[in-house]
Amino acid sequence: MRTLLLALAASTALIGTAGAATVYPLDRATILAGSPFDFKVEFDGQVKAEDVKIVVNGGDYKAALGSEVEFVASEKGKDDAALGSAVLLRGVKIDKAGAYTVEVSAGDEKKSVTWDVYATGEAPKAKNIIFLLGDGLSVSHRTAARLMSKGMTEGKANGRLAMDDLDHMAFIGTSSTGSIATDSANTMSAYMTGHKSAVNALGVYADRTPDSFDDPKVETFAEALRRTTKKSVGVISTAELEDATPAAVVSHTRKRADKPEIVDMFWNVKPEVVLGGGSAYFLSKDVPGSKRKDDKDYIKLFQEAGYKLATDKTELEAAASADKILGLFHTGNMDYALDRLQLKKGTVDKFPNQPGLVEMTKVALDSLSKNPEGFFLMVEGASIDKASHPLDWDRAVYDTIEFDQAIAVAREFQANNPDTLVVVTGDHTHGVSIIGTIDDDKPGTDMREKVGTYDAAGFPNYQDADGDGYPDRVDVSRRLAIFANNGPDHYETFRPKLDGPFEPAVKTQDGIYVANEAYKDVPGAVFVEGNIPRDGDTGVHAVDDVVLQAAGPGAEEFKGYMEQSDVYRVLADTFAIGVKQ
Amino acid sequence: MARTTALAVSRRTFLAGLAALSCTGVVRAGDTLTFDELYGKVSVLGLAFSDKVKALDGKTVSMRGFMAPPLKAEAKFFVLTEIPMALCPFCSSDADWPSNIVVVYIDEKTTFVPPSKLIEVTGTLEVGSWTDPETGFVSLLRLVHSSFETV
Repeated sequence: MRTLLLALAASTALIGTAGAATVYPLDRATILAGSPFDFKVEFDGQVKAEDVKIVVNGGDYKAALGSEVEFVASEKGKDDAALGSAVLLRGVKIDKAGAYTVEVSAGDEKKSVTWDVYATGEAPKAKNIIFLLGDGLSVSHRTAARLMSKGMTEGKANGRLAMDDLDHMAFIGTSSTGSIATDSANTMSAYMTGHKSAVNALGVYADRTPDSFDDPKVETFAEALRRTTKKSVGVISTAELEDATPAAVVSHTRKRADKPEIVDMFWNVKPEVVLGGGSAYFLSKDVPGSKRKDDKDYIKLFQEAGYKLATDKTELEAAASADKILGLFHTGNMDYALDRLQLKKGTVDKFPNQPGLVEMTKVALDSLSKNPEGFFLMVEGASIDKASHPLDWDRAVYDTIEFDQAIAVAREFQANNPDTLVVVTGDHTHGVSIIGTIDDDKPGTDMREKVGTYDAAGFPNYQDADGDGYPDRVDVSRRLAIFANNGPDHYETFRPKLDGPFEPAVKTQDGIYVANEAYKDVPGAVFVEGNIPRDGDTGVHAVDDVVLQAAGPGAEEFKGYMEQSDVYRVLADTFAIGVKQ
Repeated sequence: MARTTALAVSRRTFLAGLAALSCTGVVRAGDTLTFDELYGKVSVLGLAFSDKVKALDGKTVSMRGFMAPPLKAEAKFFVLTEIPMALCPFCSSDADWPSNIVVVYIDEKTTFVPPSKLIEVTGTLEVGSWTDPETGFVSLLRLVHSSFETV
């Protein structure tokens, strides 16, 4: 009996070993016809080169993939650990659409994947695409933006957001290749390459080797436009330009933290308009404030390449007539809209004349629309996410209002230029909800008892007397009660953070995050025990679907549930870049 | 009131301590410097140190601030920040240090001070870009041969 069990265990183990090879692109990958990608097979163990068999649609792989693979006898991991053998072929192109089944084997290891190589229509549907992404944009953010910006009477909104009037919509699944959860790197990478990837990865499949620049690459949308069109490309963000979302338009790295190299990648693609924060990675290392580790002066390089440099709002306005603009408005992330426009906290004293997302979008459209071939513009409302992580919901909502005003600018451009597709979406969501109001005028000092729910919530009393779309002040007496469903230990103050962005938790010697005591003595503050692992610093991304909306030619392709990577196919089809132009 | 001082337990630190003594005459509370006084100019195209920082280069200086989460539980340097830092830049791919930090080198390994405790550091101010050979951490302003106490 015992022997029999052992034998069974052994045979199970053998079955487990077989089929362990991993093929990139992964099974069910969708690939734009003619778009270059890297092909890689990772074997679990060491195999012999002569044992490796690769068959594509039952025939010789060299005919389908164009060339012979390179064999790597043993890939090395951390501390030279042997990872197994691999084969690699970079820059594969498949021009003919169809299903491609790739069968790989070596000894006991076998793997079969099928790719869907797709072409596009022959004629472009639109000349321009404006792709607006609210980082972390969740349903709660937009509801809060509508309530704060427009108000509500007797249950009906007193006005509509720009994002309320787009014609088509889809629910977007944001999960990564390694997890249901996700981050801004792999999500935007899926939009911008048509391939899903792992958390932290941009423009690559995440392979097993430690080097973050050797992973199997896929083409980004900006690269595809360079390859197939003469369109201009613009990238705008309120974050550092090296941050994951803007980076995904041009970058290839396993690690989004490779920020100096991401500037190198912007330089490779040279989008005509690049506006945002993050100048520290454009400065040579000898300049105080630089975050480079080399002597490259990218400010000078871009200027020599004909870019007009703008470092504040005034210079940006002056640059609007230029064909190529590099706008850098902060060494790091630009300040929140609430701080820039009203409170003057954060780093606004150091960078007092930062433009907002609306001004950046206007200038970018002025400049890019001069190209008779058209353009692709990516606009990121980055700070919605930046404020949502530390549970600073007032700042997140102000940035959502700003993002919506940038959408209004895009829609106005579209009204005058109907051959423009406008896409509005988030990259992932946050665990946040509005549950009612907080009313200071309710009796007592216990803030928790001032939370109004159900009928007791009533309506908030934000005012917008100056008509700029933002409440005239954020700290009104009956305000939105917005709470996170996750986070580290922190103190809930039930009030906007007027002295600067919220910092809910700080790290201890043991590497865990504890509630920041700076908020302990705020009158009425209550301790909220965290519900995520204690090494988590702030609130985390939700796995919930993103709502994508679109209007204009091509928008009708957005419907139902779509994988994030499917959005790329719509963009490619709108510009018809899957056929020779 | 924990106080960490550079004890001359090895020849090397003893010599380093002597060097520090010879620079300053006697160990004394030198000039004080605040985070607001670090830079004379802050701009997109780079920062410029203040005249006060330039004048204090090589001199004994005291600064108050908060100890940021260290690279290891016991480290020979830590980052002094103006406000308690939530993020550990070594741990999170998202985080970056703000520009108004000072890297503090201590001669003896120390244990960590809780993040909400204000500390006062006294050491010799070093101005200019320097890459830590062990960690690759690039710093612009350092207090070397430092000691600190909680305030």
